[in-house]
Amino acid sequence: MSTEIELSIYVFILAGFLGLELVQRVSPLLHSPLMSLTNAVSAISVVGAILITGSGEATVLSKALGVVAVTFSTINIVAGFLITDRMLKMFRKEGKKEK
Amino acid sequence: MTENFWQFSYLVAAVTIILSIKWLNSPATARRGVHAGQIGMLFAIIGTLLRHEVVSFEWVAVGLVLGSGIGVPLAYLMPMTALPQLTALSHAFGALAAALVGTAEYYQHAPTGFLMGALVVETLLGFLTATASVMAFGKLQELVPTRPMTYKGQHVVNLGLLAFAIFLAGWVIEGSAPAWAFPTFSGLSLLFGVLLILPIGGGDMPTVIALLNSYAGMSAAAMGFALNNKLLIIAGALNAASGFILSVIMCKAMNRSFTNVLFGAFGQVQAGGGAAATAKPVRSATPEDAASILANAHKVIVVPGYGMAVAQAQHKVRELTDMLVKRGVDVQFAIHPVAGRMPGHMNVLLAEADISYERLHEMEDINSDFSETDVALVIGANDVVNPAARHDTTSPIYGMPILDVDKATTVMVIKRSMNPGFAGIDNELYYDSRTLMLFGDAKQFVAEIVKELPKAA
Repeated sequence: MSTEIELSIYVFILAGFLGLELVQRVSPLLHSPLMSLTNAVSAISVVGAILITGSGEATVLSKALGVVAVTFSTINIVAGFLITDRMLKMFRKEGKKEK
Repeated sequence: MTENFWQFSYLVAAVTIILSIKWLNSPATARRGVHAGQIGMLFAIIGTLLRHEVVSFEWVAVGLVLGSGIGVPLAYLMPMTALPQLTALSHAFGALAAALVGTAEYYQHAPTGFLMGALVVETLLGFLTATASVMAFGKLQELVPTRPMTYKGQHVVNLGLLAFAIFLAGWVIEGSAPAWAFPTFSGLSLLFGVLLILPIGGGDMPTVIALLNSYAGMSAAAMGFALNNKLLIIAGALNAASGFILSVIMCKAMNRSFTNVLFGAFGQVQAGGGAAATAKPVRSATPEDAASILANAHKVIVVPGYGMAVAQAQHKVRELTDMLVKRGVDVQFAIHPVAGRMPGHMNVLLAEADISYERLHEMEDINSDFSETDVALVIGANDVVNPAARHDTTSPIYGMPILDVDKATTVMVIKRSMNPGFAGIDNELYYDSRTLMLFGDAKQFVAEIVKELPKAA
């Protein structure tokens, strides 16, 4: 196994455990915003989409798929973050008006 | 310097994304978390654009602009009540994007071995999550029947298709597969998404949406392996872990095993029960009765359920809460983990109606309070308050943790009719001598109580 792949597997495992630790601390109160935020973050695949679309050697098919992928993942990112923010704006303590 | 700037940019992105989830743990820092996440994604995109592999920008720009142009109105125009649908739809877009990138990679480089293995996982989960999310959207929007759709031999068909897909995947990874193998594999992945959601009923949606969230993360992480990109792996793994934990929490709250969920074996609960629903007497009450009981209570716990969301009753509930609090009544809310159609659904609805989050309590924290509570007001919740879950071993929901509303001095249940809830199980709570049934639309009924309350002595 090449060292690059080995390293990737280590990163994946560590990040996975970090995720488990972090998410377990999130109050159930915020589970909807959490889902929505991670939903936006999962569109990190926009990175792959841009690499394909912007590549000099991409075939027409790859390029076409790439553009659609960039568009869709951008929709996911934008909508995900805006929804999260809309939700969080609504959570406030009694008597405390929005800042 | 610019040579390596993208790596630095990815590092910033990874750190801010981790921080964003960390800050989401409390309402006080949650919005900071969103901003951190936004900054992280921005750095991820900028960093990618600066990489020397990226040479043409027109089409990337088209995608980014078009995506923002669709995403912004999508997030703002959909009503807040359509939240679960909206999340499902947003999932579908992201997952499809991941799958398309996988497809493009395959046709571009036709890799084999480990890289192709990663691509196969990415494509499978991407396509599967995309169609499953669309189906979930359809069920939530009630475009597709919300009842579980099952047929004989469902498992055999699903497993057969899965075996075929795995065979194709192995063939493609090995490298000698014919041209039709990959498209067929993609088609099967799309089909799986549909088959996965068909047997799932509305009440299981919270688990499913969380699970799809996890799949989308796995897909992004797999893409990270295929592209040897650590940022994708980190963000994907975080996301997969988050979705996984949420679905485990939901499973526990319904006393379902995780394998039961993974294999989509939902909806087998409708058998049994039901038959016992003979014409037992129930006590019903008018809004005036309800108002006077509430006005004389010291402590009231409200138990909201999906019915409250459907009837859009949360604002009326807020009015009721305000009036009762003004009269010196202690009003709290008890939230079951699977109430509603997505994790945390009730919290968001009540927050929308401006009810302080300090009044919202989780099941474990509030269950012991019911015995000292004068009135438990159940609004549109059913199975999560069914005492049969505690003692009736034949009940499909036996063993599911429930809110102990039957320990309160008086239980009032606002309900449209005596029809059983999602699981099709009769609820003995309704026949209890302490229970008063308030028949009607949740919003109207609460509005009428609000109207009667000032007159109540």
